[in-house]
Amino acid sequence: MIKQHLAGKRIAITGSTGFLGTALVELLLREIPDVELVLLIRSARRSAARRIQRDILHNDAFSTLRSTIGKEKFDSLTENQIVPVAADISKDDLGLDSDGLAILQTCDIVIHSAAAVSFDEPLDRAVEVNLMGPVRLVETLKNLDITPHLVMVSTCYVAGSRKGDAPELALSDSPFYVPVDWNDETNAARRTRSYVEDASRRPNNLKGFRESAISELGAAGTPAIASKTETLRQRWVKDQMVDAGRNRASSLGFPDAYTFTKAMAEQAVEETRDRIPLTIVRPSIIESSLQHPFSGWIRGFRMAEPIILNFGRGTLKEFPGIPEGIMDIIPVDLVASAIVAAAAQETSEETTIYQVASGSCNPIRISTITDYVHNFFGENPIYDEKNQPIAPAKWKFPGRGRVVSQLNRANYLLNYAEQILHKLPIRGRSAMLVADIQERKEEIDKAMEYVTLYGKYVECEALYSVSNLITLWDSLSEEDHRTFPFDPRAIDWFDYIYNTHLPTVIAKGRVKTSPAKSTGASRTTRLRTQVLDPKRELAVFDLENTLIASNVVSSWTYLATKRLPAAERFKLVSRTLAQAPSLLALDRKDRTDFLRSFYRRYANAPIEQIDKDAFEMFSELILAKSFPAALLRVREHKAIGHRTLLITGALDFVVKPLQPLFDDIISATLSHNGNSYTGQMQQVPPIGETRAAVLRRYAKTHSYDLTESIAYADSTSDLPMLEAVGFPVAVNPEPKLAALARRRGWLIENFQAASGSPSKMLPIGSRKRN
Amino acid sequence: MGNEQRRNPRPGLVLDVDRSTPPVLFHHGEGFRLEKLPAGRSRILYPPEAQPGLKNPDQRIREALENPLGDSEPLSALLKSGMKLTIAFDDISLPLPPMRAPDIRQRVIEAVLDTAASNGVDDIHIIAALALHRRMTESELRHAVGDRVFDAFAPSGNLYNHDAEDPDGMVVIGATPHGEEVQMNRRAAESDLIVYVNINLVAMDGGWKSTATGLSGYTALRHHHNPQTMVQSRSFMDQENSELHKSNWRQGKILKDSGIQIFQIETTVNNNTFGHDGPLAMLQKREWEWTLGDRSAFIGYQTGLRRMSASAKRKIFNGWQSPYEMTSIQAGEVEAVHRQTTENVYKEQLVDVQGQTDILTMGLPYICPYNVNSVMNPVLVACLGLGYFFNMYRGKPLVRKGGVVIMTHPTPWDFHPVHHPSYIDFFERVLSQTKDPVEMSQRYEKAFAEDEWYRHLYRTSYAYHGVHPFYMWYWCAHALDHLGQVVIVGGDPKAVRRLGFRPATTLQDAFEIASDVVGPQPTITHYHSPPILMANVQ
Repeated sequence: MIKQHLAGKRIAITGSTGFLGTALVELLLREIPDVELVLLIRSARRSAARRIQRDILHNDAFSTLRSTIGKEKFDSLTENQIVPVAADISKDDLGLDSDGLAILQTCDIVIHSAAAVSFDEPLDRAVEVNLMGPVRLVETLKNLDITPHLVMVSTCYVAGSRKGDAPELALSDSPFYVPVDWNDETNAARRTRSYVEDASRRPNNLKGFRESAISELGAAGTPAIASKTETLRQRWVKDQMVDAGRNRASSLGFPDAYTFTKAMAEQAVEETRDRIPLTIVRPSIIESSLQHPFSGWIRGFRMAEPIILNFGRGTLKEFPGIPEGIMDIIPVDLVASAIVAAAAQETSEETTIYQVASGSCNPIRISTITDYVHNFFGENPIYDEKNQPIAPAKWKFPGRGRVVSQLNRANYLLNYAEQILHKLPIRGRSAMLVADIQERKEEIDKAMEYVTLYGKYVECEALYSVSNLITLWDSLSEEDHRTFPFDPRAIDWFDYIYNTHLPTVIAKGRVKTSPAKSTGASRTTRLRTQVLDPKRELAVFDLENTLIASNVVSSWTYLATKRLPAAERFKLVSRTLAQAPSLLALDRKDRTDFLRSFYRRYANAPIEQIDKDAFEMFSELILAKSFPAALLRVREHKAIGHRTLLITGALDFVVKPLQPLFDDIISATLSHNGNSYTGQMQQVPPIGETRAAVLRRYAKTHSYDLTESIAYADSTSDLPMLEAVGFPVAVNPEPKLAALARRRGWLIENFQAASGSPSKMLPIGSRKRN
Repeated sequence: MGNEQRRNPRPGLVLDVDRSTPPVLFHHGEGFRLEKLPAGRSRILYPPEAQPGLKNPDQRIREALENPLGDSEPLSALLKSGMKLTIAFDDISLPLPPMRAPDIRQRVIEAVLDTAASNGVDDIHIIAALALHRRMTESELRHAVGDRVFDAFAPSGNLYNHDAEDPDGMVVIGATPHGEEVQMNRRAAESDLIVYVNINLVAMDGGWKSTATGLSGYTALRHHHNPQTMVQSRSFMDQENSELHKSNWRQGKILKDSGIQIFQIETTVNNNTFGHDGPLAMLQKREWEWTLGDRSAFIGYQTGLRRMSASAKRKIFNGWQSPYEMTSIQAGEVEAVHRQTTENVYKEQLVDVQGQTDILTMGLPYICPYNVNSVMNPVLVACLGLGYFFNMYRGKPLVRKGGVVIMTHPTPWDFHPVHHPSYIDFFERVLSQTKDPVEMSQRYEKAFAEDEWYRHLYRTSYAYHGVHPFYMWYWCAHALDHLGQVVIVGGDPKAVRRLGFRPATTLQDAFEIASDVVGPQPTITHYHSPPILMANVQ
């Protein structure tokens, strides 16, 4: 009897915050009387307990148990029977302090379920966690001189990508096994990391990162570019390491670094364990639960869900694999029960291996699953934004190569479109196209990733024998069968997939399943409410293209032509127009330099006349080109009680008439000699990173909390300012900012000039005759 | 039109539509429509033809100044050396469309200034009496008063726009027995004499409305520019039955009693809106009298206009200046002058009509008093149709209680950001919540009227006052109260619905929609204007 055998035992568990780990903890707490669970959690010492609360006990896996026995009893149960220990399996002695070691020393059973299961794990990290983790665990146990029953969770796929039977045998006993030394692999992985790190710092690569950063952010200023460059470098390193992992794995016949390192781990533990009794449990693809804690329970998103959802959404129209192939999936509660049952067995010197899989004893074919999925979405369609049901496509299984090339082609076209759009001077709604394209691209990238990976798994076509598992099952009592069901033969696939798994995927996927308007406010409305919350403190605005569709060049042209005779007005305007391309180029390169050189044109401009004409310009140019919704927004902020601040590279006399909108205006100023301007700026204009610095100084002086502040701007050169506040708003964003804002979930506003505003082809001042 | 006919213009006409009646002209914003009306139950109201203008206008002006009406001395006797003189004049909202130079105001002001100069008056201010309208631009002021006056007075700061929000520039004179405050431009109120120069385009203009409204501000205007008053003004074009005018006259009495001296000069212009000849002449002809040339020109315009952008069309239409001629001038004491003026206006515009009909159709032109050199936004469309055109009656409205008004206008969702900033917010934030004039006056008016930003724009830029869109809606209050439904043909459906009206694509569709309210086979009156006509409904 499992219950009796495990009652009162002290069981250490790693990986308890994971999908399987959580199920294990729940099962043990629910069914084993007086069991003591030592949970090795990666965190600072004090907060291990807190993390257990947050990451394990708050999960809905425990809601059934909590409601059955009552909250109080549940709290005391978890309080008394769970021992939190801060640990880190990537460190020697698992990073345990003496207390931790003392606790571990008293454990009867150790279940090792911690793993880096992500499919895009960098090689060295996969090695440190999946391979060296268990090795360190074994070393620690040996150092403590104890021999608890070690139950190690592995995966069926350590058998590698191959066809035919895969028995429950040690890998070294398998006829297909390619012998490699795990120590060599570990050292090689660590060396690869140093190589890649070095390579990433080579001048050519650094230059490349910087160029991509500039092309993504534009004239965002040196600090922003620098930080972006470093992010790109780190991403590159990671990509290289992921690639290295995949390549090493496939060179040895494994689908990915995860299975490869797991296979290494099995051998390493076998080699190093000495007297420690070892049981290896190899589940296949773990999916949502069949019965416990409740049917359909799932934690996080697994491998199949994104594919299923993309299929339902109509984004994935084909699927790799062969229709008659077998998809080996296994519900999580079966795996947890099997582990507990295995842990409860008498130990022997020999390593015991159980495979928990369905393919050999209760197979389900890919074509059957896809039929279920197709029918399911036929009956329960997902709705698109226009409230139309999406008809599921019928997969034709063209083979992975075709699917990938289809996706690649789509990606190529989107890339091409994106490049073109980036070069066009567009903003606002049309610029959102770029954001849309980028989103589509990400979707395709993701689908491609999953198709590649999942394809490798479904194309495995290995049959994982479960004879040890069945023998174990047959040896158990009736009561054990009821309490710890793990017989894969008992799964009714239709019921499981149609009634349990797919509804769970839909629910977790947050997709529209009815044509009704979404009940909650739209994201934009929600963000807008946050922005206009009275709790906010400061609202800061950029001017050009945020509040008005005008710029420093047109205001200068206006003022310069205001008092010129007709012929000269046009000469001046056409001269300025001819210079437009070079002005634009300079502006793109460095806005501060551009303003500095452009404002030279104000040299010798008479102050009094400029001030007078600037007020006329306010009506004729600024207001005429203003965005009424933007001005209204400023006024709304003011009405709510937010302080409103304008920070602009435009000149003070240009923005002076806007004063009543703002509590403060920070603008560029020209120095003068009493009667006329010199054309030189008094200080660095508040744009780019200076703008962020000016904002920070302002907030500090007036004691405003920037995390409770809002910034409105239109261009990537304003990124430093947008990033400085808690609530950034991209207004009529240019393509780069549009994509960025969409990705970061910022509020995007499209403020338009009033339709009906007087259209002025050229910014020429109405003639002043006296 | 022959010279003989110009000397003897025909009166207005009510035409019963039969099968031989050609399609009738509907103005449609910056464009036109020709529509066939159902025979046997439709009638068309045509305005009287233009009266001939006064032969020697400058001479007649001087005569009027020296031969005042009512209890008033001649102007020359009122002007004395060392006195403070303020000349106030009607703003850009009159006349419509703007008249060709020289503007009547220029002629009259020059005459007044001549008299003042010969009497040694040198403290003179000239003020555009625009109440809560937008300020006039330099070129608009130049057009109204002429370059000579402008260059002599503007640079020294003695010719300017009235500013009803200048805290130091306004003074409260008192209050009427009804509790209506009376407010006036301080310079005007503290002058020894105010000379008011008016152009009386429609019967609503002039009288005490000139000074008690034109030189006033929100403090005083809110007492009659409100839904309660407007719903009781039946119509506001008919002073005898207009609560709006009664309130203005009460305020005028307070002005008079406080000792403020006003010399009122009122003028009327003829109905020569589109010219006897020239490119638009056919617009003031009756359709069956269109010549081959008129027809082909009209087809040409239609074809051309179809290809033009909205802003290009606006530019062309805004460029039109009417060859108005002055038909009368009277000066002296306000009420005596205005009685005569009103009579003259009626003589030019009044048409006798028998009884009401179920449906009133009207073609709305591109211009109303509040979008000169600007954009006719949806709120102004409503105001022109339901405020001005609907109220162009004496006696009873042209359409029965519970009847339907069908108007044609493109009604684009367009606003002039400089002239009408508060309209944009009004349309977005007020009309989206309520169309009820009373409710909006209680819930929203004060916030708009006292908004600092609108105040700033009214004072320093060229914006209508924050409260102005409310007034436009109140102008519609009587019609909204009287009508069963309003349909706009050819308008932007979204904008039309925001106004609370029904959009229709064609006039036939509009009749279909209207039949739900007034039943099948309704009687129809088409109000054929501009040129202006006022119905005397018996």
